[in-house]
Amino acid sequence: MAKEFIKGNEAIGKAAILAGLDCYFGYPITPQSELPEYLAAEMPKVGKTFLQAESEVAAINMVYGAAGTGIRVMTSSSSPGVSLKLEGISYIAGAELPCVVVNVQRGGPGLGNIAPEQGDYFQATKGGGHGNYRLIVLAPDSGQEMADFTMLAFDLAEKYRNPVMLLADGYLGQMKEAVEFKKPERKTPANDWTIGNKLGKANVITSIDIEPEKLEKHNLNLLAKYNKIKENEVRFEEFMTDDCELFVVAYGITSRVVRSAVELAREKGIKVGMLRPQTLFPFPKDIINKLSEKTKKVLVCELSTGQMVEDVQLSSAPGTDVYFYGRCGGMVPTDIELVEQIEKILEGKGEIFK
Amino acid sequence: MKTVYERPKCLKDRHFHYCPGCGHGVIHKLIAEIIDELGIQDRTVGVAPVGCAVFAYWYYDVDFSQAAHGRAPAVATGIKRAKPDSIVFSYQGDGDLAAIGTAEIIHAANRGENITVIFVNNAIYGMTGGQMAPTTLVGQKASTAPYGRNPENEGYPIKVCELLSTLRGTTYLERTAITTPGSIIQTKKAIKKAFQNQLDGKGFSLVEVLSQCPTNWGMKPTDGTKFIKEQMMPVFPLGVYKDLSDEKGGSK
Amino acid sequence: MINEKVIMAGFGGQGIMLMGQVLAYAGMLEDKEISWIPSYGPEMRGGTANCNVIVSERKIGSPVISIPDTLIAMNRPSMEKFEESIEKDGILIYNSSLIDIKPKRDDIKVYALDISNTAKDMGNTKIANMIALGSYIKATGVVSKDSVMNALKKMLPERHHDKLPLNEKALEKGMELIS
Repeated sequence: MAKEFIKGNEAIGKAAILAGLDCYFGYPITPQSELPEYLAAEMPKVGKTFLQAESEVAAINMVYGAAGTGIRVMTSSSSPGVSLKLEGISYIAGAELPCVVVNVQRGGPGLGNIAPEQGDYFQATKGGGHGNYRLIVLAPDSGQEMADFTMLAFDLAEKYRNPVMLLADGYLGQMKEAVEFKKPERKTPANDWTIGNKLGKANVITSIDIEPEKLEKHNLNLLAKYNKIKENEVRFEEFMTDDCELFVVAYGITSRVVRSAVELAREKGIKVGMLRPQTLFPFPKDIINKLSEKTKKVLVCELSTGQMVEDVQLSSAPGTDVYFYGRCGGMVPTDIELVEQIEKILEGKGEIFK
Repeated sequence: MKTVYERPKCLKDRHFHYCPGCGHGVIHKLIAEIIDELGIQDRTVGVAPVGCAVFAYWYYDVDFSQAAHGRAPAVATGIKRAKPDSIVFSYQGDGDLAAIGTAEIIHAANRGENITVIFVNNAIYGMTGGQMAPTTLVGQKASTAPYGRNPENEGYPIKVCELLSTLRGTTYLERTAITTPGSIIQTKKAIKKAFQNQLDGKGFSLVEVLSQCPTNWGMKPTDGTKFIKEQMMPVFPLGVYKDLSDEKGGSK
Repeated sequence: MINEKVIMAGFGGQGIMLMGQVLAYAGMLEDKEISWIPSYGPEMRGGTANCNVIVSERKIGSPVISIPDTLIAMNRPSMEKFEESIEKDGILIYNSSLIDIKPKRDDIKVYALDISNTAKDMGNTKIANMIALGSYIKATGVVSKDSVMNALKKMLPERHHDKLPLNEKALEKGMELIS
């Protein structure tokens, strides 16, 4: 199939429509507004619903309402907007509803700025809102994966009846690349639990369990589901790890810079590789454990002051030195900068993350 | 023997958890009767609020979605947009609708969402134990306004029907009460019209019901109805605040 | 193997973003790997605008260019900002109509081209970007003129297709400026 030259944000929109998106509810925020703008133009053409909500809070609650009917529904935002959505996301996770939430991350905390950052890793992967819940978190690194993972997100959301977050960043949203759009096949999901479908029995969508015994059981069921997700849905990419003496862990736009840095370092004869998590929850801890067993040295690169690095520390083999290099506030490291860090570590001058 | 009264079909055989003298039971039953009369049990979806009616779905044999505090109009919007054939109603109290959910109700109304909103105004937070509500009367005592509501500090009670009537998107707004058999009949008429409007695709309808909360008001139920008549009605006059039902075509 | 990283920079309204996108699109039509990344947000309004384009025959790592093989500077602040970063033996194409200073580097290939005035002479200042792009593809050989024209055809809405001949002339003019 022919490739299309398309912005990351728009690639999500197009992929979502191809995946059968029925309803979109959102609120404008930079740097993701091209996504709702694209959907506002395209969804009416295919007879689907686009609605700009009065707030991020209303948008995620519209998603909650629509998701209960079993249709394909999505919202999108950027960091401060996602903070506002957390209430609804917790309810959606508690009520076990399928939906897709896109976060095109920008600089924080607070209003921050509109430049790319990866400061929402904790929020995305550790729950974020209240209560014992997890999102499935997909981390694309390119226009192609913005499209592919959007389609995957809908499938996983339905498979596990769980909200799925697509965690991108300002650069991935704004950049244009060549993207090939696949034709997704949707498995018809069971809808015996849904509302609004005249099933001949009354169903209830809720996250409340007033009796502690029941709520505990519900939480344990959720845990069992998350464990199943951990077992089945870990995704990652290895790049030049076969003979590496050090490997770098990075996701999203940062992994693109790391890829360049690894190539540069290899030209200099430095044996370095990259492990790129494509799912942040579930986190690819087994492969990190395996690789670190061999190298005993890991460098984590993020556009943050150190978030994913904690998961790498937890995943690494005993005795592994975990180093960290991060830029934030919208600053993005260069490949040369990263090669310097790699050389420093291999010379024994790196700083271990505390 | 002739049956003169039956439990509505779409109401489950379950005792209400509401306090003695509470208005929710009456309003619940009215809605259930209307769903039966309109023959829409299979396509009705209720949206329960946070507040005393959080467990409304315990009682109705229809689909329900339980919303976060104040978000029922947004949740109802999502359901209605996803399934336009459904008959969607939200059931909300004053704290839910007129405090934490002010934005959601105003914008759902302004969009003219083709939904039905039942707004129960008892001038107090019931479930959390008698705190001040946005509709608490001036001078009325509440656990967070122990000296009575002081407008200098807390502002004046919000009049929801009056407020929403300024929005072009609204179709039908009426305030009723459930203090007497007559007013209960009037309330049922109003709620039925609010449902019928949705069936006819006429857009946003809201019925505000002045209801009693004897427990948190610290009154006997009979004094509660007196309080509504003497104290609440002067501030929240009953009546139709807007009715474009006859003018609006069924487009939604 | 082609692995060309170019920074294009100028002020808002010079068609910098479009020039970059046309190049990337042309690369895609030639089955090359491509990326285009804009400066975005407030800095686009009134200030300088720049974009990074990579056209490559291998998978592209960072789309953010730290050392460009080529810089196309359409105004003075752009040259001042990016000249230092150009790869040794790289290329600088600058718009001498608007840039009244000389580049400092002597380890790069420099083309001082009278781009804006040429566009004015052709009767439309808006095609300065296509003149610059023409000179760029001539100087680097990254993509063919035909691919650029095909890309333009795809990118311009049909109601603007009457402007294609003018754009083609501009590209050719730009190619002629490289000698």
